[in-house]
Amino acid sequence: MTAAPEQIDVLDEAREQVLERGVGLSEAQVLKVLELPEDRIPDLLALAHQVRERWCGPEVEVEGIVSLKTGGCPEDCHFCSQSGQFPSPVRSAWLDIPGLVRAARQTRDTGATEFCIVAAVRGPDKRLLSQVRDGIKAIREDGNDIQIACSLGMLTQEQVDELVAMGVHRYNHNLETARSHFPEVVTTHSWEERWDTLRMIRDAGMEVCCGGIIGMGETLAQRAEFAVQLAELEPDEVPLNFLIPNPGTPYENYPVVEGAEALRTVGAFRLALPRTILRFAGGRELTFGDLGAKQGMLGGINAIIVGNYLTNLGRPAQQDLDMLEELSMPIKALNQTL
Amino acid sequence: MTYCSFCGKEEADGDHAFCRQRLSMIDPPRYCSECARRMVVQVTPDGWAARCSRHGEITSRP
Repeated sequence: MTAAPEQIDVLDEAREQVLERGVGLSEAQVLKVLELPEDRIPDLLALAHQVRERWCGPEVEVEGIVSLKTGGCPEDCHFCSQSGQFPSPVRSAWLDIPGLVRAARQTRDTGATEFCIVAAVRGPDKRLLSQVRDGIKAIREDGNDIQIACSLGMLTQEQVDELVAMGVHRYNHNLETARSHFPEVVTTHSWEERWDTLRMIRDAGMEVCCGGIIGMGETLAQRAEFAVQLAELEPDEVPLNFLIPNPGTPYENYPVVEGAEALRTVGAFRLALPRTILRFAGGRELTFGDLGAKQGMLGGINAIIVGNYLTNLGRPAQQDLDMLEELSMPIKALNQTL
Repeated sequence: MTYCSFCGKEEADGDHAFCRQRLSMIDPPRYCSECARRMVVQVTPDGWAARCSRHGEITSRP
């Protein structure tokens, strides 16, 4: 006699489906995981960690990021302190080429294999692309062979081809949230426009980095929807951010995501995306503190951004590297595939 | 008179415990503590630099 569907434990299902067969959870199953009671979180994280080890291996991918062009963005992403549409204290700034080279060197010196150049724009113009081209050339002339990723907003096919020619191996473009919630977060462009850029990146042979931000007023059902929409995209990497309620933005008074809820989300996303690089990104310092970061690393995460972010500060890189050593998690070597 | 470099208000005006917490955890200074002007801030992987048009640059370097 088989158990009625409602009696089947979603973690038992996940053990057979995700851990054994490598098939990510469905939207309904992810929602069940997100609704697990707090006393099941340790079981969830243990399973998510097993899934990560089985399908991705023990290595952790370390990345550093830097803002090449800060602030003054014409878009109205409600979470972002760099939008020119809100009274945020963030002022426009451009990083010069020597500064970019130094930032890449600082990142390489941590043992990181990825360095992501980011600009707060709708999409890159000629000046920005020229700056990126000159920057990459200067980084290489500095003897730095770190892998370079970019995040420059929405692209045309011509721009995608230019980035490929520059040797950019991965492109970040976050869908940010579920398709059904996106119009509440951004009104100046659509989720579909972002999706189109992501398809072009994939078709051009660049690795796709696409994630989002948890805690922007989405329901748990929308969080589950987002996880499976990401799975449908089949990105190489999913950066998982937790909202930092920044002054001057429409979300400045939103609550910080609680640690237990965030850990549930980490576990659920791993079970939806068993083979994807799942990266701890912005907001983890506020949401988790030191203890939670370790729990996340033992709950499905296999990549981190070390050091500072774009406009906010992170933990000192050495603190995260020490954490990885304490957890006996090896750092991915350059050109190794997870 | 000094100003809070997180919110830009006078230090003597109100409680800045939240501001201090943010500055100690995840935020570089955004306002000049001498004149409350918004500063141009560049965050890099291992530090930050903040420049006031009147009072010059401060950095995270000791």
